Amino acid sequence: MSDSVLSLQNLHKRFGALQATNDVSLDLKRGEIHALIGPNGAGKSTLIGQIAGNIRPDEGHVYLADTEITGMSIAQRARLGLGRSFQVSSLAEPLSVMRNVMMGVQALQSHSFRFWRPVASDQRLLEPAYEALERMQLSHRAWTPVFELSHGERRQVEVACALALKPRALLLDEPMAGLGPEGSAKLTELLEALKLEVPILLIEHDMEAVFRLADRISVLVSGSVIAHGDSEAIKQDPLVREAYLGDSDA
Amino acid sequence: MTNNIPTSAVSSKPTSNSARASMPKHSHSGGSGAAPANQADSHFGRKGLVQIALLGLLLLLPVAAYFFGHLYYVNLASRITIIAMAAVGLNLAIGYGGMVSFGHAAYFGLGGYVAGISAYHAFDFTPFMTWPISIPGSDSLLVVWLAAALLCALLALAIGAISLRTTGVYFIMITLAFAQMIYYFANSWPTYGGEDGLPIYIRNSLPLVDTTNALTYFLICFGGLVMAMAVTSRLMKSRFGAALTMARLNDVRLATAGVSPYPVRLVAFVISAAITGLAGALYADLNGFVSPSVLSWHFSGELMVIVILGGVGRLYGPLAGAILFVMMETFLGGITQYWQLFLGLVLLGVVLFAKHGIMGWLAGRERNE
Amino acid sequence: MSVTLLIEQILNGVQLGTMLFLMASGLTLVFGVMGLINLAHGSFYMVGAYATAAVTASTGSFLMGLAAGMTAAALVGALVELLVIRRLYHRPHLDQVLATFALILIFSEGTRWIFGSSPMRLSPPSWLTGFVTLPGDTRYPLYRLMLIGVGIVISIALYFLISKTRLGMRIRAGESDREMIGALGVNISKLYTVVFALGAALAGLAGALVGALQSVQVGMGEPVLILAFVVIVIGGIGSIKGALLGALLVGLVDTLGRVYLPIFFRAFMPPSEASGVGAALAAMLIYILMAVILAFKPKGLFAAHD
Repeated sequence: MSDSVLSLQNLHKRFGALQATNDVSLDLKRGEIHALIGPNGAGKSTLIGQIAGNIRPDEGHVYLADTEITGMSIAQRARLGLGRSFQVSSLAEPLSVMRNVMMGVQALQSHSFRFWRPVASDQRLLEPAYEALERMQLSHRAWTPVFELSHGERRQVEVACALALKPRALLLDEPMAGLGPEGSAKLTELLEALKLEVPILLIEHDMEAVFRLADRISVLVSGSVIAHGDSEAIKQDPLVREAYLGDSDA
Repeated sequence: MTNNIPTSAVSSKPTSNSARASMPKHSHSGGSGAAPANQADSHFGRKGLVQIALLGLLLLLPVAAYFFGHLYYVNLASRITIIAMAAVGLNLAIGYGGMVSFGHAAYFGLGGYVAGISAYHAFDFTPFMTWPISIPGSDSLLVVWLAAALLCALLALAIGAISLRTTGVYFIMITLAFAQMIYYFANSWPTYGGEDGLPIYIRNSLPLVDTTNALTYFLICFGGLVMAMAVTSRLMKSRFGAALTMARLNDVRLATAGVSPYPVRLVAFVISAAITGLAGALYADLNGFVSPSVLSWHFSGELMVIVILGGVGRLYGPLAGAILFVMMETFLGGITQYWQLFLGLVLLGVVLFAKHGIMGWLAGRERNE
Repeated sequence: MSVTLLIEQILNGVQLGTMLFLMASGLTLVFGVMGLINLAHGSFYMVGAYATAAVTASTGSFLMGLAAGMTAAALVGALVELLVIRRLYHRPHLDQVLATFALILIFSEGTRWIFGSSPMRLSPPSWLTGFVTLPGDTRYPLYRLMLIGVGIVISIALYFLISKTRLGMRIRAGESDREMIGALGVNISKLYTVVFALGAALAGLAGALVGALQSVQVGMGEPVLILAFVVIVIGGIGSIKGALLGALLVGLVDTLGRVYLPIFFRAFMPPSEASGVGAALAAMLIYILMAVILAFKPKGLFAAHD
């Protein structure tokens, strides 16, 4: 199990009569991109919530490396090295890109109850943030307020924010959503380079990107993982074709 | 690699495309790098000028008035200064922290009552309490300040701990309710005057300084205001300020970045209350009187009005708002007893049509710390 | 004697509760449907009381006065909605608080300007004065009993209005989904004006009824407004059911606390101190209640939505 950076064990979550997560077990290994796909309403958001910390599972465990994080807050998980991006961009719009990225660096270094030294000239914050931006090829936009960025650039900033945490694992929630073919291709390229350093759990609708990027794919339908395997296996899987691709002649 | 990275993380709109283009694409350039051009922003000069003018006039006019023998105006300036200081405290919560507290009168009033009760016992030579420890009254300004700030911080810790579990309208209402609780308590507790209030027969003193002199007292208040503004300014540039700003703009982002928003907000709320409480202690001393009226929800509302009139989340906003408010109260109030009708109209106009307040109007709209 | 006192105080509590419900139902409807926090609701209470006092004085008929009071409050409410409130729907709560705070100042000072500072006279008509003897030999004022009756009638009427009528259906639709109701082709701005005026009319009615019991003066709406806020926060903002329950709870706790807490403290304190401590605590009681409820249920007892 030391091979897994992130592992979910037998997660269950029920909302009233709806079994949103039904005995889901997943893991994410070093050096890989593991994609989680599924049709709308399959329970992906609920599952992400349980990994990220805004939803508590009814049963089951979540581990980051060897630490159990099931009961931890969002912020605690982040400090332990779980970086995430959101389906809908969630940056602080009026602030510069840099200020958004610096927050993670700040959280990693110590508590935030430091009242005196200005952040604007603090190289201990600026340098790592700048590095994270360079990895996303965005350092030229460091001082631009987020609201001036294009949609694709925001996606990159989100990933840079996660990278600032020096994460052990990345949880990316539909990073390609709303990107044109060009933006999508660029992000695909960046993620491919990234996975060697940080394994990525990728939730994505863009099948082309998934099949290109993912080393392994899990398919979630009605709260359960119905199939698991590499791209080829998933493409061939009759259950997947029926349930997910709506392919009735399978 | 030791990169020198441009040293201003504050989001600023570069004035021109050339300024943006001059920023390094990669930081290997080594040198000091091109800082974003916000210092060159034309607003900066105007803003700085307005700020210096406000503070300068507030300092110089009372001094002049004193030497021409108009003590009334010196005390008026003290009043403006103290109200501004209370609003600086509230602005930290509302403007910088996004916590719409409708109950800051509680801290202003508690600060006032600390001064009043302390003076009451010092005058009487009776102890405030004897058990478990003996606490005598005091007429030392420093002791009273410390006590006022600490007690307000404690009260805000308790109130904030509960209130910050809620958001939106619930937060507004619960802070109001807690303040009302204290208001009614002061109103019906007979020991310190109840609804009649508590007169203060001796003004708190400082070593070597005659605090009963109107100008001296004004200067003390002015010092307090400048300190409060300096603390706020410094605070908001620090790591704590960065976290608080993020908590206001997007608390999910803050948590995702690894910082829990709740304690950050709570600490800001406590500091905000302590500043407002200090102002309350000064106010009680200025008037020689403290009564439940400073605890009323009307006063909480007025403090909010001042913050908004001045320009919410701007360092000099509370000062500009306090000047306008007290001036309207004094001069308009001198003309008509219905001056609050006009205050209402002005406020309505500002809220509906001039969202950035006086400072936005005087110094240009820019609010980005 | 003590049973009589208890019955009397419970009735007083229920009476306060029903009047609070008249205020709170409007506040909570306006919040539920339009997402607006309205501090100026107490002004409608005052407008209703003044109009009732003025018309009752000139016509000699309390009922005419009441009708005039409700009409005046509704008209003023509609006017305020058209001129000011509708600009605030999409604004942050802070703006709403301040703009409606400004309205309070304008209404209070405006009323003082027109009617002067001294309270106006308004008393219940002669056919509603006197006492009723209830089972258990409790003598209770007829007028207060009538207030409870009015409260019950209005609660039932509101229930039917909201659950059975077309207007009610629209209100419920507006509460659950503001976008959808627009898509359904309902004229939202008209709906909003109507809901706002309805809330104002209920507040005006409460002001007139209570004004006859206490006094009609500037600022009379403010203590009631704050109590009504406590009510809707306890009940869950946006929930009529919560407002009803919260109103009764606040009415009873407040009334009984003021009577029984001093008595309670007299059991182990010297009487002079006991009444001081008891009164101080009683005055704080409903706020303590609210804090406790919110500490456990941050969205109130019947949270409708944010």
